[in-house]
Amino acid sequence: MSDNIVGIEYNRVTNTSSTDFPGHSANGDFSWDIEKFKDSFDIQISYITERTANFDLVNIDTSIANAFRRVMIAEVPSVAAEAVYMFMNTSVIQDEVLAHRIGLIPLKVDPDLLNWVDKTLDENERYTEENTVVLSLDVVCTKNSHAPKNSTNPKELYKNAHIYAKDLKFEPQGGQAERFKIKPVAADPDILLAKLRPGQEISLRAHCILGIGSDHAKFSPVATASYRLMPVINITEPIRGDSAKRFQKCFPSGVIGINKNGEAYVKDARKDTVSREVLRHEEFNGKVKLGRKRDHFIFNVESTGAMSPEEIFFKSVRVLKNKAQYLRNCPIGQ
Amino acid sequence: MASPQREGFTVPTSISHAALGQVTTKSLGVKYNCAQCASSFSLGKNDAIRCKDCGHRVIYKARTRRMVQFEAR
Repeated sequence: MSDNIVGIEYNRVTNTSSTDFPGHSANGDFSWDIEKFKDSFDIQISYITERTANFDLVNIDTSIANAFRRVMIAEVPSVAAEAVYMFMNTSVIQDEVLAHRIGLIPLKVDPDLLNWVDKTLDENERYTEENTVVLSLDVVCTKNSHAPKNSTNPKELYKNAHIYAKDLKFEPQGGQAERFKIKPVAADPDILLAKLRPGQEISLRAHCILGIGSDHAKFSPVATASYRLMPVINITEPIRGDSAKRFQKCFPSGVIGINKNGEAYVKDARKDTVSREVLRHEEFNGKVKLGRKRDHFIFNVESTGAMSPEEIFFKSVRVLKNKAQYLRNCPIGQ
Repeated sequence: MASPQREGFTVPTSISHAALGQVTTKSLGVKYNCAQCASSFSLGKNDAIRCKDCGHRVIYKARTRRMVQFEAR
């Protein structure tokens, strides 16, 4: 098999590490060159929706692709609640647990509108109009006098029985009303925060600030950011007739097609999950080789709602670029 | 809160009055919630420990409105 394909056998993987670096072999020039990279590198976008993006990075080294993934998860800034000021909480959920839940709610706030909080400052002057968004939650549960008779549904019997993320209200400070054209709200309005019964009350203020995922997962802008390598299916001997149908069944639907001669062919290897099911069957022994392209990354980025998934990827590129520039300015690079 | 006083409790302004046991503070007492009927009311120091609505003898002290800060972590 070709040099840049990871072999997938019944019980092991082979040829896992890349060899395209200078000095590895006597023949072939593997020195890194921007022009060569520009020629070969390619991005193919499968789909982009409001929340998810699926795209391929082709002809790029694992180290860079993995850096993008890690930066998206842990170093692209986003906004989350950091300090919760509780005035009243007589619900059954404890103060600290409720504060933690509020922290984990993904917020639809543009991170570019906020500055970083200076943690060296005193607690009282740390939060300003420039770096903090204040959300408030003030709810009291009461009996609903118009509830249908014999009802056992708490939502009908009581008012404010269920408290959701959408009950968090934005409180503009100073000039924030104009700065935030799109009102900061929870990205997913129907996250259940607490359940109340008549007489119970929650009253709190939450200060939301910028942060990064490596500090706390609540600041991560992605629900998932992952990649897999492009699967390769190589049919080395023709498979025909009933055998072809059984062969087709070993893969997810759409991966293997059968042509008019009744011969199996690879229709769309990208859809394959590489379950290795085909390698368990004696009849296909030696007829097929499975593999993965080592420099073809199929990315799946799912945003939590604050930013579009492509914006998260662009920001990860910028973060990585800044890191490289910082390194270049370090004395060791000169 | 700047005031060192606890809610529902006032420090006697004059020791002599306190010693005489004749302090007639304007304070309405401490707030309580009934464990039976969930009504809220306040009791003075000489009041019987009883709910004012249903007469139940188990009552809870109401939570203060004092702010508590938490880290959302």
